[in-house]
Amino acid sequence: MDADIALILLQDGIVNGAIYALLALSLVLVFAVTRVVLIPQGEFVAFGALTYAALDEGRVPGSVWLLVALGMAAMLAGLAAARRALTAGGVLRLAVECLLVPALVLLAAQALPPRPGVVVEALLTLAIVAPMAPYIYRLAYQPLAEASVLVLLIASVGVHLAMLGLGLVFFGPEGYRATGFSEERYRLGALTIPGQALWIVGTTLALMLALYLFFERTLAGKALRATAVNRLGARLVGIATALSGRIAFLMAGAIGALSGILIAPLTTVSYDSGFLVGLKGFVAAIIGGLVSYPVAALAAVVVGCVESLSSFYASAFKEVIVFTVIIPVLLWRSLRAPAEEE
Amino acid sequence: MRRRYAVLLAAAVAALPALATPAAAQIKIGVTISTTGPAASLGVPQRNSIALLPQEIAGQAIEYIVLDDAADPTRAVANARKLIDESAVDALVGSSTTPASLAMIDVAAEKKVPMISLAASARLIQPMDAQRRWVFKTPQNDSLMADAIAEHMQKAGIKTVGFIGFNDAYGDGWLAEATRAMEERGIKLVAVEKFARADTSVTGQVLKLVAAKPQAVLIAGAGTPAALPQKALRERGYRGQYYQTHGVANMDFIRVGGKDVEGTVLPAGPVLVAAQLPDSNPIKKAALDYVTRYEASNGPGTVATFGAHAFDAALLLQAAIPVALRTARPGTPEFRAALRDALEGANELVLTHGIADMKATDHNGFDRRARVMVTIQNGAWKLLP
Repeated sequence: MDADIALILLQDGIVNGAIYALLALSLVLVFAVTRVVLIPQGEFVAFGALTYAALDEGRVPGSVWLLVALGMAAMLAGLAAARRALTAGGVLRLAVECLLVPALVLLAAQALPPRPGVVVEALLTLAIVAPMAPYIYRLAYQPLAEASVLVLLIASVGVHLAMLGLGLVFFGPEGYRATGFSEERYRLGALTIPGQALWIVGTTLALMLALYLFFERTLAGKALRATAVNRLGARLVGIATALSGRIAFLMAGAIGALSGILIAPLTTVSYDSGFLVGLKGFVAAIIGGLVSYPVAALAAVVVGCVESLSSFYASAFKEVIVFTVIIPVLLWRSLRAPAEEE
Repeated sequence: MRRRYAVLLAAAVAALPALATPAAAQIKIGVTISTTGPAASLGVPQRNSIALLPQEIAGQAIEYIVLDDAADPTRAVANARKLIDESAVDALVGSSTTPASLAMIDVAAEKKVPMISLAASARLIQPMDAQRRWVFKTPQNDSLMADAIAEHMQKAGIKTVGFIGFNDAYGDGWLAEATRAMEERGIKLVAVEKFARADTSVTGQVLKLVAAKPQAVLIAGAGTPAALPQKALRERGYRGQYYQTHGVANMDFIRVGGKDVEGTVLPAGPVLVAAQLPDSNPIKKAALDYVTRYEASNGPGTVATFGAHAFDAALLLQAAIPVALRTARPGTPEFRAALRDALEGANELVLTHGIADMKATDHNGFDRRARVMVTIQNGAWKLLP
């Protein structure tokens, strides 16, 4: 192992770590606002990657129909939840959110010419996959909003299994790749930096900055933070906590879809490969205690580097090493802070 | 009074299933394959192939009951028990993967039902013992394919090889077979690396491989994830010969690999290049027939070698059932034993993947005629002479 190889492994670790950082951030965001451990985040990554790959091949992706179906189901769930206090305005707002948005996306997907270019394909992928998240929140989590973290975790596992099955139905069992934002390769001494890697790290940094500005400078961001700090208090001051939950899920879905678009050119993604990627983001979020954004992002880069180094030294045990990192962190945290029941 | 009515009603309802049992003898074949889960790319073509099969053999109606086990050994065993106990099947076909099939062996042997596995490992049928005499398999043994690769390497004068494979049963099995096949021919394995199916990058493993400077690299993966190490090696500038296993023998691998997989050499069943086989090859007719029928109902270019294994299992049964019918009636333990004996007696039976010559100690029956070496040229499979 010389300096060249160490640099290459470090570069690889940082690029992978940037993807895990995006996932860790969305996991911390969702947990803080809704107390839901979003295990299905990996599925959003896979759906985003597969939708982007389908658009790249010039096909209409199967996820458009999943979006329409989820929208209709969310509409029914919303009507059932508000059945004692239905107003015309409420029903209209629900219809716009759950029926109009998927209809517009479906029209856009059908009307666009095949292979319209990576930027348009990426935007359309975000438009297809991100709205699925608030619909899933309406279907699976909003009725359980006051339940304990354990019940929400069990619901998450159920949602993950359901989305896995739906992924197989709408995308098929095979894997796909796509063209990236950049095919360039830059030489820097011994390193060959692909342009796609720069895009990944750049997007992660830009998103972290955008999230920071959103939470610090905008009213909606502050409302989400208030919901995260004290749910009941936020309701008392007039913040719609269910809306906060849906916004948090929308952001998580968008970040997941974006991660999928970024990794689609690097590796073959199939309907079940999102779970492992999401799990590594979960490791990073755990190291951040599911509350701290900077620690989670840093931990994600560390996880990426640990993975890269262990794939060089002991590739057969790479997964074991990466997931074993959780154990000392959990031990240290539980010894430092006393356990508090909710 | 009411109680008596209730008892009579219950008795009548309990007696209904006895009335519903058909008096006609019908042959039932239970199929448990992985149409969902990580082996779905194997199970879906297999299910599509089962749909092509005839509904009648030698005057008997034949019914295929297809269940999904998602490559989970527990579910495969549960499906096998359900098929045997509830549906009274005469034979089992499945599963698509080795771990699930290994788990099913106990059930097949305990219930004395012949089982035809669609999984690749030779451990399913070797060493032959009291349990394995009920187990047959249609895919070529890994050892046959490993020998083919090693022979090609020997002919090309390759002396040092790097290996990178899945870190699961598939990769481990191939490592064992490849090591054996190469050592027999004096080829050295200079680097061994493993990677997970869902990995986003294999940079560390590829660096180690390139540093060892092997003349060729063998990638032991299955399906589209096996394209990842090859693309990564090409990015690092590795210029040696690439070898893959027969687990990538479908068009999705070429689609995902693109230009990076041109020139790869791999062993495959003859059905993959059916149209390129010489006319004198007896397998060509059976293979082309399968390819045309599969693509007629599933679209052009969709045929996969995995589906052909299921078709071969059905061809084995179609040859064995008339023999078994001479001595026993379907649905009886004697019929299942006779079916097992008939399957074992298959002699020079032409299947889509090869010519099966079953023996008491060899329940696969394939020899060198069941494999061809192919390469990828201009985005298509090309038969190597």
